[in-house]
Amino acid sequence: MHIFLFIAIFLLLRRIIKVIKFTPLRARWSSVLNIASGVMWLVFYLNAQEVKEPYDMLVSVVFLAGVLYYFKKNPDFDMMRFYIESHYPLVIVTFIDVIAEIFFSDFVDKHEVIFVMAILLSFSWIFVRWASSKKQEEEFRAINQQNVILDKLVAERTAELTKQKDELQEAVKLLQTTQQQLIQSEKLASLGELTAGIAHEIQNPLNFVNNFSEVSMELIDEMGEELAKGDTEEVMAIANDIKQNLEKIRHHGKRADGIVKGMLQHSRSSSDVQEPTNVNNLADEYLRLAYHGLRAKDKSFNAELVTHFDDALPLIKIVPQDVGRVLLNMFNNAFYAVQQKQKKGIVGFKPTVEVSTVKIGQFLEIKVKDNGIGIPEEIKDKILQPFFTTKPTGQGTGLGLSLSYDIIVKAHGGQIDIDSVEGEFTAFIIKLPL
Amino acid sequence: MKILVVDDEADVQPLFLQRFRKEIRSNEIEFSFAQSGEEALHYLHEKQSEVVLILSDINMPGMSGIELLTHIREDFDTPPPPVVMMITAYGDEENHRQAMEKGANDFLTKPLDFTLLKEKLKTFTEQ
Repeated sequence: MHIFLFIAIFLLLRRIIKVIKFTPLRARWSSVLNIASGVMWLVFYLNAQEVKEPYDMLVSVVFLAGVLYYFKKNPDFDMMRFYIESHYPLVIVTFIDVIAEIFFSDFVDKHEVIFVMAILLSFSWIFVRWASSKKQEEEFRAINQQNVILDKLVAERTAELTKQKDELQEAVKLLQTTQQQLIQSEKLASLGELTAGIAHEIQNPLNFVNNFSEVSMELIDEMGEELAKGDTEEVMAIANDIKQNLEKIRHHGKRADGIVKGMLQHSRSSSDVQEPTNVNNLADEYLRLAYHGLRAKDKSFNAELVTHFDDALPLIKIVPQDVGRVLLNMFNNAFYAVQQKQKKGIVGFKPTVEVSTVKIGQFLEIKVKDNGIGIPEEIKDKILQPFFTTKPTGQGTGLGLSLSYDIIVKAHGGQIDIDSVEGEFTAFIIKLPL
Repeated sequence: MKILVVDDEADVQPLFLQRFRKEIRSNEIEFSFAQSGEEALHYLHEKQSEVVLILSDINMPGMSGIELLTHIREDFDTPPPPVVMMITAYGDEENHRQAMEKGANDFLTKPLDFTLLKEKLKTFTEQ
């Protein structure tokens, strides 16, 4: 019977050799295992020749147990543990058989079939376990392979996503830069529109400065003449006039100064500094600038400017050049709208642009109303979108109202409402929180 | 001689009064002022016969100088028609052409050259 045990050992060695064939373990173990196989057959031969029954069985089982113990102890064979352990029943059954034969040989002789059957069963058990472990191993390998493929896929996807993310971040950065440039060019464009208005606005006070200083020089000459005549009363009158003139020169100088300052403020990148501002003055200033800007381009154009300013309006904390830009944009639109209507040659049409301010609850309301062409219903929800414009190419950037929306709603927490009837009127209502 | 000056800038008034100080004192010239086309028309309806010469700015809010000129030529054509001189800051061809077409007697640009204006006034009074 001991042949079964040697076969088991031999198969165990062969299988281990086969399993480690394609692993780094091969270099270390294959010669050892081959030698072990040879040694095993030598032991088998000697055992068969020299050892009497039942001690040959004892030698075989101890040999098997030794081999199993050796493999079990060695961590290199951890992956084979399952298979190694499948030999335990054979070892145990054979060991019981040997003990029984030594001490109760009669009993064994009587029930020999049972012992033989037990040994054969535990021997076959090894094969059953082997088969199932092989299957498990295949499944495991397949899963492992899938995992490897999945890992690779995940890594690829991750790399792809990272790359896309980087590209998107680049694109966002580029867009932000472009947006800043667009805002700047919109500011410059509106400054361009303003230039004519500004020139006119500055020219007027400068004329007064020149005229009043000239006339004052003449008056001084006249004063000399009157002094020579001894007409003190007239001298006093002239001196008074000169004083008034100097006051006028100062006034108009300051007026020009204010316009230049406003112009610089308008072109400058927004400082985002909110300061208490008189909205009535701001609206009035930009209304005049917008009007003269348009008048400089179209000499025949004329419109009635109506202002209803609430004198009791409190100062309000805003970024004046930003809100000024919004007002300028709305005035420009209003003048454009009445100009377009005027071109249609409607009899009795009197272009009118109206600006009014009023405090309502916790809001300050600025209303810019014109009796121009109005806004068609179908584009009302589009006019605040960036780049949307009805003006011919080159006449509008399409950014004016979109920027206005950003300034009033996003930066100042306000509100812009539009009321319009096509062909009748348009009113933009700006609400700013106090 | 009575002159009506139409300009939306209020400081034009003391300027004219001082520039023509001598003429006013010697009663050669008398000035009236209007700050808009509408006001000027209103004034003319009241005292048309007195006004000999009208100096009007073109660029004014509301009724423009050109419109005022048109009204004057339509409504106040009883002889002798008033002399009308147009003044503008935008001394361009288009304005000049329009003013002349509507019947202006002369066209001046800002800043006003008062010496030139005085000479022109002299020629008109001599006529």
